[in-house]
Amino acid sequence: MHNTIHIKAFGMVAERIGLAELVIDHSGNSSELLEVLLVKFPVLKSVKFSLAINKKLVSGNQEIPSGAEIALLPPFSGG
Amino acid sequence: MSRFERQIILPGFGIEGQQKLKNSKVLLVGAGGLGCPVLIYLAAAGVGKIGVMDGDEVSISNLNRQVLYGEKDLGKPKVEAVYSYFKGKYSDIQIEAIPEFISVGNALEIIAEYDLVIDGSDNFPTRYLVNDACVLLGKPLVFGAIYQHEGQVSVFNLGENGFNYRDLYPQMPAAKEIPNCSETGVLGVLPGIIGNLMALEVIKVLTDFGMPLKNRVLFFNSRSSQTYEVEIAANPNSGSSIPNSFQAFEQMDYELACEGIKQLTWDEAMGKMGMDIAFVDVREPGELPPLECTGLIKIPLSTLANRLSQLEDTDEVLFFCQSGIRSQKAAEQLQNEFPEKRIYSIKGGINALKKN
Repeated sequence: MHNTIHIKAFGMVAERIGLAELVIDHSGNSSELLEVLLVKFPVLKSVKFSLAINKKLVSGNQEIPSGAEIALLPPFSGG
Repeated sequence: MSRFERQIILPGFGIEGQQKLKNSKVLLVGAGGLGCPVLIYLAAAGVGKIGVMDGDEVSISNLNRQVLYGEKDLGKPKVEAVYSYFKGKYSDIQIEAIPEFISVGNALEIIAEYDLVIDGSDNFPTRYLVNDACVLLGKPLVFGAIYQHEGQVSVFNLGENGFNYRDLYPQMPAAKEIPNCSETGVLGVLPGIIGNLMALEVIKVLTDFGMPLKNRVLFFNSRSSQTYEVEIAANPNSGSSIPNSFQAFEQMDYELACEGIKQLTWDEAMGKMGMDIAFVDVREPGELPPLECTGLIKIPLSTLANRLSQLEDTDEVLFFCQSGIRSQKAAEQLQNEFPEKRIYSIKGGINALKKN
């Protein structure tokens, strides 16, 4: 599929948004994607999570290739 | 035939691998759901010396997943139960039982004695504390954590350009954001699986066997049995958020850094008695033991939102609950409403009081 990105949510993020996977329109870069996600799911404002594009962790803002797989990865504390 | 025969004949492991295990010293922080399987397999594999740090005692709710302990251990310090379990199993094993929680005061001295650290703790302040201490001392850290049906495993700070927990999670989360298993529940086999993955990583790092999860984090979901692996990249802020000296580390308050709420011990709390401070029990009615003292206010957490005004007139408020988690939430809730107030939560709650 073109111009879409596939999102996989983990842990608390999946729980908060009520979905483990979703497909959304392509966003140009990771900062724009975060903005889109926060508008779509305001509950995410209170959860910290890291972001991976095609299974690589993102630090700072990065371009998102078309058709990319994004993972929303919250930390876990339990032991 | 030695008891390690079956791993010694394994191609790529051999006598050399066994010798390396025998000469290794590892420190486990937290002898809980993750720590138990880690201990069982590292002890069986023949790791030379295993230090175990945990200040907790065995309680009945531990038994579904903390598989080293049984009914006869209830109330015993966990590290004591660990010690006698393995002494009864392997005559030559070296176990150093340390009946303390790790802190900025003891971490550097203890970790310095070991080659590798294993984080089996259950809270964010400890996880960041252990990470930072390992970075400062140059020790590899095998990390595992769980949330409900999911787990994550990684190896931090290993060799050159080995990234650490702060590269993966540069922002310290507060406990209320991500509840732990005492709040969300856990099927015992999940920490069993994640703990076994951790034990495997420990053995790989100690013996240069295979490819450890260096700069990678592995997620496992027990409901779907799916795994997901992510490559970790350096975070430019990771270095500057780690204390830059032993002295700076010892001055850190990891709980405050994570929670934004100051935690007090019972001793510190008692020092504030008699002053103009509201002392609030946020446990639900019926939780034991009841605590009765003059001036004690009882506001169960479930009703706090409607009763915040009851605490309006006091500048200082001190919350406690059974284990220190709900009081933390209560403190944060009140702080959001009244940013000017000085608000505290008692670390470890009533459970910590029972121990003293």
